[in-house]
Amino acid sequence: MSGYQALTYWDLVAASLFLILNAIFSIALNLGLTRTLIISALRMTVQLILVGLILKAIFIAGSIWWTLLAAAVMGAFAGREIWARQERRLIGLWGPGLGAGAMLMAGCLVTFYGLAGQIRPDPVWQPQFALPLFGMILGNTMTGVSLGLDTLHTTLAKGKKDVEAQLLLGKTRWEATRPAARQALRSGFTPIINAMAATGVVSLPGMMTGQILSGVDPQEAVKYQLLIMFLLGGATGLGVLGATFASIWRLTDKRHRLRLDRLSGGKS
Amino acid sequence: MQLAAKFETDAMLTIKDLQTPLIGPVDLSLKSGHCAAISGPSGAGKSLLLRAISDLDENTGHVSLDGTTRDALPAPEWRRKVAYVPAESGWWAENVQDHFVETPNLAELLQAAALSNALSWQVSRLSTGERQRLALVRALQLNPDVLLLDEPTSALDPSSVARVEALLKARLEAGCAVLLVSHDPDQPSRLEAHRYYMNSGELFENPAPGAIQ
Repeated sequence: MSGYQALTYWDLVAASLFLILNAIFSIALNLGLTRTLIISALRMTVQLILVGLILKAIFIAGSIWWTLLAAAVMGAFAGREIWARQERRLIGLWGPGLGAGAMLMAGCLVTFYGLAGQIRPDPVWQPQFALPLFGMILGNTMTGVSLGLDTLHTTLAKGKKDVEAQLLLGKTRWEATRPAARQALRSGFTPIINAMAATGVVSLPGMMTGQILSGVDPQEAVKYQLLIMFLLGGATGLGVLGATFASIWRLTDKRHRLRLDRLSGGKS
Repeated sequence: MQLAAKFETDAMLTIKDLQTPLIGPVDLSLKSGHCAAISGPSGAGKSLLLRAISDLDENTGHVSLDGTTRDALPAPEWRRKVAYVPAESGWWAENVQDHFVETPNLAELLQAAALSNALSWQVSRLSTGERQRLALVRALQLNPDVLLLDEPTSALDPSSVARVEALLKARLEAGCAVLLVSHDPDQPSRLEAHRYYMNSGELFENPAPGAIQ
């Protein structure tokens, strides 16, 4: 193993050559993509440099409070993202709260389990391990939960008659919403299932690539990647299940009615 | 028993002060073996009334069946006893068969609705009238004490109307109570129904002849 090759900022400027070329093509061909392309590239650069600085500061400080604060900020952003990605949302505090709650419960539980049980840094909250792990778990759970809830709410809103037809035949609210729940779970689980199926064949996962690039033995990198994938799959599953059933509970009531009045309307 | 009829003690379905933000307060009582027909302009709240009775929309007031109040029963059980068939029912699976449970009376009911072979069909290929009759069959399978029917024959040709009305008469004779919403001015008399009229969320008994439709 050759060890880690550090990059200079000039290396980065050189690496952006092709991206700048794309921008020039876009101007030449009048594709109208120039602005968005440049803005997102700049945005990414600023965001990542900032994150690098912040992470470095947190690592140096080595304080549990700063680590927790960083985790809380990540959770808040992910929660907002879940809310923003749904076309129809639960009204009131349930809208942002339910999805974020399910994601955080699953994410925190699985992160803590992974840290305390398998990775075992000392102390257990050591930010070098806790924050990247929490970030990956949160990101995947966020995608799953937002897809699941979006599908559930759309299916229920469009399939009101179907759900009510089953309620009218004397089925309970859980039985009557089962087709919608199944669809929601399926779409929430799809990204992680696809990721597991394609991993290593089509592309090497980012984290594993990173470890290999920084000089880690590929077999060790694979072990780490598998650990992460199992944790990601577990957290996504828990989050999607929790969010879907909590939302069904909220969108029905004790008298087994479908309560679409607790859902905000779609775009139209 | 028939003579004492006027008051609710022996009424099967009793409704008092039933109210939602859009309808009511509504009072109504319906005896075993009797039929009531509600007419009125669209938007008058006829369907909302049936939804409220089956507890599908939030509502206040007192509803009971044979002296048992609705709130004393779990909602699914109430809806099996007081079966509501909307004007357009939902079909949640692809095949007709998946919407029916095997009950001993299923074949007989399908035959009475002239849909003996329908179980093997696909929902997407059903006509509106076929859906309407199948939805009724689905509800009759529950052997309900009360039937709430929203325009049960609106999409049917005359021979199918006769068939459905025969089915309903048989149910009435067996002691079932039927509350139906109908735009057919002659249907209430064919079913010997007591007439009601609904307008702006209020229910009136015995409308003036000109007021029907």
